[in-house]
Amino acid sequence: MSDETTDVNETSDVDEGTDVDVAPAAAEPPPPVDPNAVTVNLNGRDIVATKGEMVIAAAQREGEYIPHFCYHPRMDPVGMCRQCMVEVEGPRGPMMVVSCMTPVGNGQVVRTDTDDVKRAQEGILELLLANHPLDCPVCDKGGECPLQDQAFSHGPGESRYLEEKRHFEKPIPISDLVYLDRERCILCDRCTRFADEIAGDKLIHFTQRGNNTQVMTFPDEPFVSYFSGNTVQICPVGALTARPYRFKARPWDLDQLESTCTTCSVGCRTVIQSSHDELLRYQGVDSEEVNHGWLCDRGRFNFEAVNSEHRLTAPLVKTESGLCETSWSSALDGARSLIADALAEGGPESIAVLGGARGTNEDAYAWAQLADAIGASYRDAQLGDGLPVGVLGLDRATIEEAASADTIVLLAPDLKEELPVLYLRLRQAAEKRGSRILEFSPIDTGLTRYAWKSLRYEPGTQRRVVENALADGEVAAQLSSGSVVVVAGRANLAESVDATVAAIGSLLAAVPDLKVLPALRRGNVVGALALGLAPSSDDRDAVAALKAAADGRIGLLVLLGVDPLNDLPDADLARRAIAGARRILSVDTFPSESTQRADVVLAAAAYGEKSGTTTNIEGRVSPVVEKVTARGITRPDWMIAVELGAMLGDRSFGADHPLASAATFDDVTAAIAATVPSYAGVTFEAVTARADGVLAGPIDAELPIAAFEAPTRNGYDHRLVVGRKLYDRAVGTEMSRSLAHLAPGAAAHVNPLDLERIGVADGDEVELVGARGTAVLPMRANPSVARGTLWAPFNQGGRAIEELIDIGAAIADVRIERIG
Amino acid sequence: MSRLSDHNVVVADEIISRYPKQKSALIPLVHLSQEQNGYVTDDAMRHIAELIDVTPAEVYGTATFYEMFRFEPLGTYLINVCGTMSCALLGAHDLMQHAEQKLGIKAGSTTGDGLFTLQHAECQAACTEAPTLQVNYRHRYRVTAESFDVLIDDLRAGRLDGEIPPHGTLGRNRQQIPADRRVGAVHPDDVTGAPGWVQVTVS
Amino acid sequence: MTILSPYPWAPGFYPGARPEIVTSRFRYEDSHTLARYEATDGYEGLRSSLARSPEAVHEEVRNSTLLGRGGAGFPAGVKWGFTPAGVWPRYLVVNGDESEPGTYKDRLLMECDPHQLIEGSLIACYAAGLSQCFLYVRGEMPLAHERLATALDESYAAGYVGTNIMGTDFSIDIVLHSGAGAYVVGEETALIESLEGERGMPRLKPPNFPAAVGLYGQPTIVNNVETLSNLPYIAREGATGYTSIGTATSPGTRMIAVSGHVVRPGVYEIINGSTTFRDLIYGDDFAQGIRDGNDLKTFVPGGGSAPWFCPDQLDVPFEGPAASAAGSMLGSGAVMVMDSTTDIPSAALSLVRFYAHESCGKCVPCREGGTWLLRLVQRIVDGHGTEDDLDTILEVGQSICPGDMPHASSERLGLEAVPFPYKMTTICFVGPSAYAPIHSAMTLFPEEFAALVAPRRERRRIAVSAEAAS
Ligand SMILES: Cc1cc2nc3c(=O)[nH]c(=O)nc-3n(C[C@H](O)[C@H](O)[C@H](O)COP(=O)(O)O)c2cc1C
Ligand code: SF4
Ligand code: FES
Repeated sequence: MSDETTDVNETSDVDEGTDVDVAPAAAEPPPPVDPNAVTVNLNGRDIVATKGEMVIAAAQREGEYIPHFCYHPRMDPVGMCRQCMVEVEGPRGPMMVVSCMTPVGNGQVVRTDTDDVKRAQEGILELLLANHPLDCPVCDKGGECPLQDQAFSHGPGESRYLEEKRHFEKPIPISDLVYLDRERCILCDRCTRFADEIAGDKLIHFTQRGNNTQVMTFPDEPFVSYFSGNTVQICPVGALTARPYRFKARPWDLDQLESTCTTCSVGCRTVIQSSHDELLRYQGVDSEEVNHGWLCDRGRFNFEAVNSEHRLTAPLVKTESGLCETSWSSALDGARSLIADALAEGGPESIAVLGGARGTNEDAYAWAQLADAIGASYRDAQLGDGLPVGVLGLDRATIEEAASADTIVLLAPDLKEELPVLYLRLRQAAEKRGSRILEFSPIDTGLTRYAWKSLRYEPGTQRRVVENALADGEVAAQLSSGSVVVVAGRANLAESVDATVAAIGSLLAAVPDLKVLPALRRGNVVGALALGLAPSSDDRDAVAALKAAADGRIGLLVLLGVDPLNDLPDADLARRAIAGARRILSVDTFPSESTQRADVVLAAAAYGEKSGTTTNIEGRVSPVVEKVTARGITRPDWMIAVELGAMLGDRSFGADHPLASAATFDDVTAAIAATVPSYAGVTFEAVTARADGVLAGPIDAELPIAAFEAPTRNGYDHRLVVGRKLYDRAVGTEMSRSLAHLAPGAAAHVNPLDLERIGVADGDEVELVGARGTAVLPMRANPSVARGTLWAPFNQGGRAIEELIDIGAAIADVRIERIG
Repeated sequence: MSRLSDHNVVVADEIISRYPKQKSALIPLVHLSQEQNGYVTDDAMRHIAELIDVTPAEVYGTATFYEMFRFEPLGTYLINVCGTMSCALLGAHDLMQHAEQKLGIKAGSTTGDGLFTLQHAECQAACTEAPTLQVNYRHRYRVTAESFDVLIDDLRAGRLDGEIPPHGTLGRNRQQIPADRRVGAVHPDDVTGAPGWVQVTVS
Repeated sequence: MTILSPYPWAPGFYPGARPEIVTSRFRYEDSHTLARYEATDGYEGLRSSLARSPEAVHEEVRNSTLLGRGGAGFPAGVKWGFTPAGVWPRYLVVNGDESEPGTYKDRLLMECDPHQLIEGSLIACYAAGLSQCFLYVRGEMPLAHERLATALDESYAAGYVGTNIMGTDFSIDIVLHSGAGAYVVGEETALIESLEGERGMPRLKPPNFPAAVGLYGQPTIVNNVETLSNLPYIAREGATGYTSIGTATSPGTRMIAVSGHVVRPGVYEIINGSTTFRDLIYGDDFAQGIRDGNDLKTFVPGGGSAPWFCPDQLDVPFEGPAASAAGSMLGSGAVMVMDSTTDIPSAALSLVRFYAHESCGKCVPCREGGTWLLRLVQRIVDGHGTEDDLDTILEVGQSICPGDMPHASSERLGLEAVPFPYKMTTICFVGPSAYAPIHSAMTLFPEEFAALVAPRRERRRIAVSAEAAS
């Protein structure tokens, strides 16, 4: 039990988002001796603390663990549980204070070990347990429970409470993902503070009073939050449990490794926990630079996809009777001949390599090397839905710099939907730090509410709207006072990328020393672009490649974990490209519409089944680790590339090729460190040595600023905005049992006033007629959509709105027709 | 349909305007809705949330903290019999027993005709006049079995309608701040310096 | 409805041959009207204050040593001085939430002399540079609401409140705000939370007292109704006029409610400092002794939260330090008297129930401990208790108030007094207040509890350690 106690302590550390049992904790540099350092006497010995920090934090850093429940280092203290009582020497003798709300002071004398302190701590623990059901044996938290653990380490051991305990209906679902057991709840205010302070979703609240106080939602209004899983992680008892994990395992059966979430490109630090070689849970790990311990629910729960029964388990080759499983040797030989034939028939120009942003740096680098060997110039890690690689050449901001900038300019998609934890950081910046958010957006976003100014633009006109704003005295003054970070991304998939680039250009011209944080979405898109999967020129990018394929000029289309038929905004082009490509080689973890059309499918290992490194939007490189054995006979992408690299005859990797003798993932990491200037010295050791990973150097790429003017919209049309929701048909969500049904579904949203004008009701089906095609969708009245624009979520199934997108066009205008 | 009536929305907007931050109007607005409906409905809480730009959960969380807010229908007359020390010392217990007999219900319940809800209550700031009770929070002092019976009969006969409005109404009048004399509430962030009348005198 | 007091419109109030500072208008049936108020020096204190500088008025109040009447007894003038320089805006919150068991005075002052409170609030705002005033009145006082609403409408119309008061550039709004039933909201930080539309849960005071960080995070003065009602007199008569009454450390008068087993329960404006509990309980001008010729058994000297006194303490005067030394406090000016017929355990139960019921739920010791104490005392009163339960009461008490618990001395039992105050593990006094009465009762009348409980059995305990649990 005693050793269990210690790892419970560690788990409660994870709960609080401090570093888990990984080396870095030790390797952290010692607190610098700065002007606001103070000396506190703790149980007779002098310790150095930082002005403003609380006694409990200073003590814990010095190895004096003070029991506590409500205190959480990332949230405002409330002094609610009273467990952290200590004695502080005061003018009138020692005073009992809560150490979580008592700031350190120079010369302060603190005792955590007096009889009164002990009596108070034991007494309070007894009181906390008085109404607690003590159902630890059947509780998910049992074994990693701060209450259970501290009852053991700081409690009286037994209770005199013989009264009838408080009774509530046993666990009730407060959302699709979270259950609440009010009998176990100790009312520490952690979940409710999180919902209020951190997530801004005040949907759970204390209700009733005194001994009847309970956490509750409003009747029939569930705790619908993209961040609800965090409340489960920080709950110091088993009151909040997560549906995907309930009753799956006991903590002592779990073992864990620290990794990085690659669901989106924020790169939140996690621990991956598994039992009996099955992934069971991800927990957030506190990274000062990145996620402060938080995760979004999509990233937290999509381990279910890795465990999905729909996974590809072995390579497939096309036969008369369709795709059949085969051995690696025959699959690789099939792949080799696909490449050889394409080279023979059409030369390197006829080969295109798309995707690669979902894997590790090692995967991307290895496939880029293979593409080099083949000589394929068509390559792109994005799918016509991002920004030119040139944005990575701009002066790059870190997340921390963005979250501490005086002005944060948003020229980006809805960050709450696409980069959720970046949304938390920026919201915090506006709410707590007083950063001013200047938002340019075609619709209301999650951050609109917290923006200093939020300016709407009609798709295509952002450059003009930005320039008008820059001409405004107040805005100009704000931008010229203090640091400015622009968060730049693609707010609208139904609009030419040039519209956004032009607006960025205007900002660059007006604000000389601004920094840019690219809001690109796919997990490792920055790594993939930096490591060789970027188009050599824009007539060689994904769109160009797919157009070439549609024109029958592509002999071999290599798809690295992408499915153009679902991922490409332009449905028609995707269809024609897949049909027009003579041969398709697909590397993927799941069967998809595109793999169905492939000649050879190479089954890849998934997240959690392979080790390596990943690069987030800042360029921060951090580890991803293999926690469970790869499914079936699947292999990591990099390994597949390395093996093919040896099978290309005179184009094979030579003996002096950096990957010639790569046998393990860190051979590849080492090769990257040795050959890619911006990754110089970024070895696996270096990346794991610091809790916050390593920042890769700048990559040199120019952002060509094209002039752009959008055609004017005729009054009968609506201008189309297509953006992403957190939950869509992306395979990782689709294949996660708990998440799949959270996708809102396809619909066309317009302003209620417009609905009235057109004379259709909320929910009616309408036909949308555009230059490119038509789509039938239900109408939604949505006040957050500006008049004259029509907003639709991307990839919600059925490929309807995607039929209206012409990726080559400047913008898309659509007419709304009543049906019948 | 128990959102605030159009008339009460106008009242609510004026109340909101009295406070530097609109959430301060939460409790007054819940009172207003209880005055309108006799108790606090879910729709009213949703409506109030809209009016002061908070979530319904916040309204619910605050409202359920306070004893005077009731979330199910109750009698026209809420009878609170004080049981705290001063009244306990002078016969609160017997008074409650008598009340239960007279009304034919147990404390905590409502008479069949929906006229009276009887309940235990805590100190009513009338300790020298014990034992006391309140009818819709209107005090009754040194209450005896006899005076209790008279009270109930008077209420039944409507003889006290002028003095005691149905449950939910706090005061029978409401403060009216005349537009021409009102200083107006300012959000603290928008206050730059000392009030004008201070600057001239305070350094 | 029987009302014995000479002024039926001021139920429970008894005048006497004593100086009247805050009750001088109670004799008039129309004391709450502006007409009567103006006819009796109304708003003269404000007028003379506006003729002086805010500092001068503040200085006057400081020199008057006006002590807070809400319970803490802190000098008002000193408190006003705690607002940090140069931080604006600042607010006044008038604490009209009177609900401490036994306390009945603020409601009378609001019902019978609302203009006096309004004038006092205006003077405070002027002196301390406060830019808005919120009159927080307990919800269960509709008459006080009606009187104050009418009075405010009158005074706005007459130019005493609002813009350019009495033609000066002193402008301020007074907003009448109603509570909704929660004793703890009387605590000043809970009052502020409540006024912000939140649950009335107290904030931890150190490091931030309301005077520095209060309503909306701004400097905020919270004063009790009676405290502010003294200001018009002080403004009219000056500090010297005020301090000529009462003692140097406790000048002026204060309102005391005497309830329970006395011949004439009532509210009395007494001379502060010099008056003793004996005067108050036995004096002909006051409560006139114990009912039915019974003997005095014990009394609560300062509201339900206060440890109890016995006949031994009758000669303690209304001086804070004297009361503390004797083991209790003067609190909110409420004396609850129990005669020889009183069943002490049930009397204590009525207070334990109150505080357990009124816990806001924030602090574990109060939320869980209060209810636990209630269950134990209830069981004992019901005759099912054991000696173990008596021990448990004291042990649970230790989790709320670690260390020595204050109590009065008793010659009968040969007990030395333990001086006030106590150590506490809670944020506010509600938690300790659930323990204080039962602790006093058990300490001063052990025999009554011994008589009720069954002898000690083998003590049952439930294992709760992690080990045993998992
Ligand atoms: C639990 C609790 C209840 C209180 N109730 C009241 C009250 O009902 N009225 C009041 O004026 N002060 C009450 N107080 C005291 C206030 O916190 C505050 O000290 C007082 O209003 C300050 O005004 P004063 O300085 O004029 O006395 C209470 C304090 C506590 C701890
Ligand atoms: S002591 Fe009780 S009432 Fe006071 S703050 Fe704590 S829980 Fe709330
Ligand atoms: S941790 Fe300090 S009171 Fe809960």
